[in-house]
Amino acid sequence: MRPLEDYLVIDFSQFLSGPSASLRLADLGARVIKIERQGVGDICRTLYTSNLVMNGESSVFHAINRNKESFEVDLKKEEDCEMVRELLKKADVMIHNFRPGVMDRLGFDYQSVSALNPTIIYGEISGYGNEGEWKNKPGQDLLLQSVTGLTSLTGNADSGPVAMGLSIVDMLAGAHLAQGLLACLYRKAIKNEGGLVQVSMMESAYDFQFETITSFMNDGGVLPERSLKNNANAYLGAPYGIYQTANGHIALAMGSIPALGSLLACEALLKYTDIKEAFDKRDEIKAILADHLISSDTEKWLSILEPADIWCADVLNWQKLIEHDGFKVLNMIQKVEMLDGYTYETTRCPIRIDGELLTSSKGSPKLGQDNQNIIKEFITLKAVTNA
Amino acid sequence: MNKPLEGILVLEFCQFLAGPSAGLKLADLGARVIKIERPNGGDACRQLSIKNLFVGDDSLLFHTINRNKDSYAADLKNPEDLAQLKKLISKADIMTHNFRPGVMEKIGLDYANVQQLNNKIIYGMVTGYGSEGPWKNKPGQDLLVQSVSGLAYLSGSDIDGPVPFGLSVSDIMCGNHLAQGLMAGLIKRAKTNKSVLVEVSLLESILDVQFEVLTTHLNDGGKLPERSLVKGSAHAYLSAPYGMYETLNGYLAMAMGNLENISALINCDISDLYFHPNDAFENRDQLILRLAETFKTHDTQYWLNLLESNGIWCAEVLDYQKATTLNAYKSLDIEQNLDLGKGKNIKTTVSPIKLDGSKLKSAKPAPKLGFNNREINQEFGIN
Repeated sequence: MRPLEDYLVIDFSQFLSGPSASLRLADLGARVIKIERQGVGDICRTLYTSNLVMNGESSVFHAINRNKESFEVDLKKEEDCEMVRELLKKADVMIHNFRPGVMDRLGFDYQSVSALNPTIIYGEISGYGNEGEWKNKPGQDLLLQSVTGLTSLTGNADSGPVAMGLSIVDMLAGAHLAQGLLACLYRKAIKNEGGLVQVSMMESAYDFQFETITSFMNDGGVLPERSLKNNANAYLGAPYGIYQTANGHIALAMGSIPALGSLLACEALLKYTDIKEAFDKRDEIKAILADHLISSDTEKWLSILEPADIWCADVLNWQKLIEHDGFKVLNMIQKVEMLDGYTYETTRCPIRIDGELLTSSKGSPKLGQDNQNIIKEFITLKAVTNA
Repeated sequence: MNKPLEGILVLEFCQFLAGPSAGLKLADLGARVIKIERPNGGDACRQLSIKNLFVGDDSLLFHTINRNKDSYAADLKNPEDLAQLKKLISKADIMTHNFRPGVMEKIGLDYANVQQLNNKIIYGMVTGYGSEGPWKNKPGQDLLVQSVSGLAYLSGSDIDGPVPFGLSVSDIMCGNHLAQGLMAGLIKRAKTNKSVLVEVSLLESILDVQFEVLTTHLNDGGKLPERSLVKGSAHAYLSAPYGMYETLNGYLAMAMGNLENISALINCDISDLYFHPNDAFENRDQLILRLAETFKTHDTQYWLNLLESNGIWCAEVLDYQKATTLNAYKSLDIEQNLDLGKGKNIKTTVSPIKLDGSKLKSAKPAPKLGFNNREINQEFGIN
């Protein structure tokens, strides 16, 4: 039995942030119904990456929306709104990520929905909150990375701003929304109460940076300074970083510099005996390490460092990773099937419950594919004819 | 306010970041979190500082991750301490640990044994690479996990070689996943009245972070990500103009957008590079370079005024100094003060989750090692 079995989630959200939260709830056992705009659906369906089209839709849509159903409606039509209200009366959770004001206009704001269903848990994600001068700005991942200082942490000192190459803020906001919803579902299970969960991408971006921004707030506003080369964390000393070797790269985490010097037979490192120098002189130490590590293969360095308990690793691309037994043993890849028989591979939920992998063979839904079933199951004739 | 996890008791045997960041999330949602720490030194994070910043005996980093928690010092190798801990475990709702595989078995606090003490416990385990396979004993360290996961080939440009994320993203996402799993466990227990085991690993979490692009890789014939060769590009799989551009006085970030509109607005001729929408990806590097030449000619505010008024998604690239003075930053109430007593405070961030209309604030600072031993012994009838 999955933890969220028997829970119904009605998800109006689009793109990544909200839908990543409902994907997690789906894998934990909930039934998730996407409410999608007639004729178009979740805009993510046509948001292609690298021009890859899979069964008529984008790869990212397929990744984010597997294990869900699709209910295609026109919220400008009263009878469709009435059907959605019928669904919401039976739902445990509702999610949206429209800009502030949109749901009020449609009549699906928290007040209206909780009047229909007092124990519903209502989750919403915004870019910058529902108030203030930025409330109507687009909540787009790269823009959030840019305005929250996040782009000053990755890359080297001379790289200029460097984005994290994934929609990380979207995913964080989705993860935080899922947490708030789960907390409220627990409260509902105990006390039969509804709740309102609100997350903004801006707050999520700062929560992600809580260590570095707290440092900034308490040391007189000193800005993060990335190392000149081989930076992996602006706040950490040498050797922390990735270095080129004769045949690839090696990652080095924390470690004493002179100890590294003697293990690697790199004499120039032996003089850095003061522990503070690892940070204060990191550029010079990293340069010495970089010059030295390029002289031999990754395997040679690993064979010296790993037995000495120095924290290091090979740097793999996906091909090498996927071939590795350390990856295979995780069973991270699952095959899913759409209603029309199209199959594709994707990753599974990263959480295991009671030793079980939370896999699901259900692929993403075609727009509106579940309308008939949903109407049959949830919508009473009365509701439709009254509309 | 009525916090959802009120009344939930969490025992946190975790150290460093992944597990304790999950504990912090639960604490802010209303749970009582007690760190179980070895009497000699406690959580190793107490001494792990960034930029050598300490508050009292403990690093600012420790304070950031462990605010809103209690500390109970106990030596797992001492039979008396262990007996006391077992009493505490019998009263707990959740316990978490991030020891390497085998350690808790040796002590007798593995899931099977703990179930004997408390058949309703939610037992959370964090590992680096899972409990099986050739990597199970590798150190679960963030940069190393990033490095083996392929993540380092997504940021920066191809000429940079592998570029890791400049934050402990595997730890943080794993902590988020652990928190989710633990709360799902609580929900399951509410129905079954039985214990639940929750397992996460840093590697699985950082793979989940890549789920969109990995799905693309798994279905495009196994192509590897190709980052742009030019500075400022921000996503290996997205087309021009996506990226950051230098202006006369700073940088401008451009999200996805219609290149024809944008190039016309900023008066940049791309007619030799862009014939079909697919060219935005196929000719990405040249397009980014071309746009960059134009963006260099005016200051950031000029471009923001021009582009935003035409509905183009863009933003100024800010450092912490400018970012934290934004009105949006202030109106979201992102900072809170931890009260250290005697008029001393630490400023830090607040939980990113707003519940029933309120921020989940707490002024309770991180505990000194063993600070709550006496109180906890009394309360739970230990000794």
